[in-house]
This record gives sequence, structure tokens and C-alpha cells, in this order.
Amino acid sequence: MSASLHAALPMIDRADDPDASRRRRLAVWMLVAIVIGLAAGLATGPAGFSPSALWTDLQGHDATLLLGQIRAPRTLGAALVGALLGLSGALAQGLFRNALADPYLLGSASGAGLGVVLVLAAASLGGGYVSLSTVVWIERVGLVSAAFIGALAGVAMTLSLARGAVQTLRLLLAGVVVGVLLGAISDLITVASPDALRGKQAFMLGSTSFLGWSALALMAAGLALLLALSRRHARALDALTLGEDSAVSLGLDLGRVRLVLVLMLSLGTALAVSQAGLVAFVGLVAPHLVRRHAPGRHGWLLMASAGMGASLLLAADVISRALVAPEELPVGVVTAVLGGGYLFWLLRQRTSS
Amino acid sequence: MSLLPTPRRALLLALRMMAVLAVQAVAGMGLTAQSALAQAIVVRDDRGTEHRLAAPPQRIVSMLPSLTETAWVLGIGSRLVGVDRYSNWPADIAGLPHLGGLDDAQIEAIAALKPDLILASTSSRAMERLEVLGFTVVRLKSDSHADMRRSLDLVARLLGTPDEGRRVWARLMREIDAAAARVPPALRGQRVYFEIGGGPYAAGAMSFVGETLTRLGMANIVPPDLGPFPKLNPEYVVRAKPDIVMGEQRDLAALTQRPGWDALVAVRDQRLCGFESAPYEMLVRPGPRMGEAAGLLADCLIRLGATGRQ
Repeated sequence: MSASLHAALPMIDRADDPDASRRRRLAVWMLVAIVIGLAAGLATGPAGFSPSALWTDLQGHDATLLLGQIRAPRTLGAALVGALLGLSGALAQGLFRNALADPYLLGSASGAGLGVVLVLAAASLGGGYVSLSTVVWIERVGLVSAAFIGALAGVAMTLSLARGAVQTLRLLLAGVVVGVLLGAISDLITVASPDALRGKQAFMLGSTSFLGWSALALMAAGLALLLALSRRHARALDALTLGEDSAVSLGLDLGRVRLVLVLMLSLGTALAVSQAGLVAFVGLVAPHLVRRHAPGRHGWLLMASAGMGASLLLAADVISRALVAPEELPVGVVTAVLGGGYLFWLLRQRTSS
Repeated sequence: MSLLPTPRRALLLALRMMAVLAVQAVAGMGLTAQSALAQAIVVRDDRGTEHRLAAPPQRIVSMLPSLTETAWVLGIGSRLVGVDRYSNWPADIAGLPHLGGLDDAQIEAIAALKPDLILASTSSRAMERLEVLGFTVVRLKSDSHADMRRSLDLVARLLGTPDEGRRVWARLMREIDAAAARVPPALRGQRVYFEIGGGPYAAGAMSFVGETLTRLGMANIVPPDLGPFPKLNPEYVVRAKPDIVMGEQRDLAALTQRPGWDALVAVRDQRLCGFESAPYEMLVRPGPRMGEAAGLLADCLIRLGATGRQ
């Protein structure tokens, strides 16, 4: 980054100063929310939310299995998925300078969906549409890897269609086109192989049910990498808020920066959706919440959105497990209700004032 | 005005009552008297709609695989002129026009076949359109053994062979009883977890599969009050420690990858009944192959019984 970019930014710094205490307060709140969320997640089993049941479970001889292998990783996993989605959402909104952008915008969601459907339908399509050896190969890939590869492939298609990330509008449009196209292909496959529909639906609604320690390690490593990269590229996003022309005049290599940002946001999204499915709305709402309660530069916004996403998904996960225990609601439905409800309330407030 | 019946009113009332009785008698008899040519077939379907057919239908479209199979075992396969996309049994129907699914039914193609009877499930927008177009659409639920029995009876009456429904049902029950007799005594009462989808969704005791398992003398880890196909907290399954896990082969192969599931005794000792997709489809389809499906379950239980003894 050039010297002029650095020189231009302190201006924003000073303008933000009155919000510093709000940011500190929000950071504390989010930390508290995450700690409470983790505790509540640990206390929510098939008996619903019940600290006393947690106490009995801890003394039972299945504690390491039930709490250590199942409940603890899925609770932590919910936080990590939320953090990845919140961070990706903030990246997308900064990149497109559009508050409606979400991490699923660039074809990653439909790509991941297609990957899942392909694996699910492989068995029944075998022999007819694809060769049996291909079926064996596809099934060995597994749902998680297929979703991950699919998400990245979707974004790659978008990037190639938009010829890189030079033009925002072109990139957005390409994302929409790829999304529609891949979505239609997976719909077609489910028509030919209806038993893939069930698994596809489970994927679309999101679930933390099967998050284990290995998935956690993967997501934690990804999140750490992305947060480190975010710190480096936050200033470029700040420069972008001044407008593309100003950003270029500040010496920003827009094409390259955008490409890095797109890759970051697709890695985050791919990691999250491959492990937990298409959890709705967290990526859209988390940055909004942060901006509303404690606006700031992207260095803050990106980190805080990750924290906000983590607390949101933790809360939604506990609700989805506790409400109809021992049954579960799909966590994506809960986040959509919470997120949609929040936006509804926000819009009403804005129009009435 | 007096509410006391005048002679004229009394007469009218009597006539009306006689008419009602006559209608009830016809409906009650159904089609017991096949010879009675003028007698209409009257049935009430699961949506409460009353259907009146002057004669047994000759051109039938079935929009649900289980109803296609029902029609087939009732011996009127030759009268089927079209089926839905997912109907795949028996192989004889492969040549029939496939008319889409319940929600994307090809209205025009169905209308062009001029069916005098359409069999479908209770929830479908496409069928409402066909009703508006004047077709006879009989809507049937098929969620449980009781539903299956009722639709068998109703379709048999519609087709003008009322005794056939009872006969087929009796055969199915005999088949299930025969399967139950084959279940190794040592396995009776063992607790089964039957997975429907990787959610994990389970087939509870209330579901169609659950009812068959109960008749085979097996217990279910999912009690009836959780509904037919609950999406469970995976911890619930691990905690319940099922003796046997059943499901689609593909799903069962991946069980060990789920956190904590490899600790399940049923998974560790391979007390699994995995079914390939075709037999699995038969197991979860509430149709007249439920006797055969019960046989499949018994086969697997016998296999488990044999390995358990070693």
C-alpha cells in the first residue's frame, strides 16, 4: 500500500473517535454473549436446556462420549461457523460496498449445494447417467469435501465469467448467473433422483449436529488465517469505502485486492457451509448489527462481525436444540427467523422515526 | 308460525328421511352387489370429498407410487393409463406415460389421457387444478398401516371389487406374521434405531416402518409421542444405545465418521441392517409390498442373530 493511502486514512480515524467507547462496550458484550452461549450450549442436551442434567451427565460414565465427543465440539463448532460466516459477510459487504451483500453471493452456496446433490444422487444415477466407477469415486469424496470443492468451484466459475474481479457490477452479475445456473442443475438432478432431495434439504437448512473435533480444527485454522489476512487488508476495504476512483487514486491495485478479498470470503464460506450447510442470514445480519451498535473502520468491523456471527449462531444453535428437545429444529431456520425478525424490526424503526 | 308438524310437513319429512336412508344404504353397501348395473359407486376420500361413479373406472391415472402398487395388486394394472414419475414397481408399468410428480404434474398430459379416475395424495396443488377441470380425483393419505388398509379397501370398492381389498390386506398380514415368526427369539424386544435420513431423522414407533417393526416384535428407541419422523439430537441416539441400527447402506457406512457414534455398541459390533436403495425404497413406501418389506427386515435380523451366536 502506498504512502498516500496511509496518509488519507487517519482522517477516518479521527471522525470515528466518539465511537471508540461504543466499540469497547460491544466487544465486551460479544465476549459475554459467547461465553454464555458456550455454557448454554454445553447445558443443552436431549433433555433441553437443563444445567442440572449437565451436572448429572458430568458424573455419568458416558461424560467423555456425550459431552466431550458430541456436545462440546458441536457447540464450539456453531461458534466457529458463525464467526466464519460473520467475517465473510463483512468482507462481502465491504467488497461490494453494499449492505445487502452476503457471503453466498458469488456462487459458493449453489456450488456447495450442487456438490452435495451430486454425492447424494450418485448412487441412483449410477449406471444410467454416469458410469459406476465414477459413482464409487464420487461417493468416496464424501459430503463435506464435495460441498467444499463445490463452493470453491462455484466462485471460480463466477470469477472466470467476470474475467477476474476488476468490475464489481460484472462480478455481482456473474455471481447471480452462476448461482441460478448451478441451482438449476442441482434441481434437475433431484428431479431425476428424488432420494437426493432429503439430504439436499438438510444441507439447505443447515445443521451443527455432526461437527466433530477434526472439523473444528479445520475451521479454527481457517478462521485464524482469515483473521490474520483480514487485518492486512482491512485498510484496502476502508479505502474502497471512499469510492473506487478515490481508492485507485490512493494507489490501490483494485483488481488484485478484490481478487484476494474474493478468495478470502469464498474460503470462509466454503469452510462454513461444507461443515454446517447453508446457515441463513448470519453473514448478512452480523455486520449490520456491528455497524449499527458500534460503527468503525474495517479493522474493527471484520473482527467484530466474526464475534457477532459467533454469538448469533451460538444463540440460534441453543434455541434450535432446546425448543423441541430431544428433537431439533434446523439451525438455519432459527437464524432466518432471528435475522429476519431483526431486520423487520430495524426497518420499522427507521420508517417510523 | 307453529313448529308443530302439519300433515304436509310430516309427509315431506318422512319422504326426506326415506331418501336419506336410501342413499345411506347405497353408500353402505358400496358395491357389494356388482350385478346392480344402475348402482353408483360412492366413496368418501381422505379429504372428505364424496365421489360418485356410475361404473367402475376403466382409465386410471395414479400419481403416487404406493397407490400405483395398490392398484396393481388389486389386479387392475391393465386399467392404468399413466403413473407419476416415481412409480417404479412393478416393472410392467415402465411403458406407461410418466406424468411428473405430485407438485409438477403434467396437467395437460393427464387431461389428454382422459382418465375417469385419478388417484393421488391429499396434498397437491396440481390435483386441485385437475379437480377444477372436472376429473374425479380421489385423494388418499398413506402414512400408517391403518391408512394403507383404508386405501386398499377404498380403491377396491372404487374398482368394483370390494372383497379384493380385504383379501389383499389379509395376505399382507399373513406375510408380516410369517416374517415375525422368523425373527430369532433372542433378538425380540431389542431396541432398533431406523434412520430415514442423515439429519439424523428417525422412523419413530408411530411411523409406517415403525409399525412394521413393532409387528416383528422389535422395540424402537423413538417413542410414538415424538411423531413419525423426528429430526433428533444425535446425542439422543448415542444416549439411547440402540441394539440394532437400520437404514440405507450408504448412510450406515458413514456412521463411524459421526462424532461419538463409533462408541455405539451397535456400530462397533456391526449390528447394522443396511439396505441398498431399491429395497430401502420398498421399506419406507407405505404400499402393498409391506409384507415383502417385513420379510427383508426379518432376513437381516436372522443374519444378525446368526453372527451374534458365534
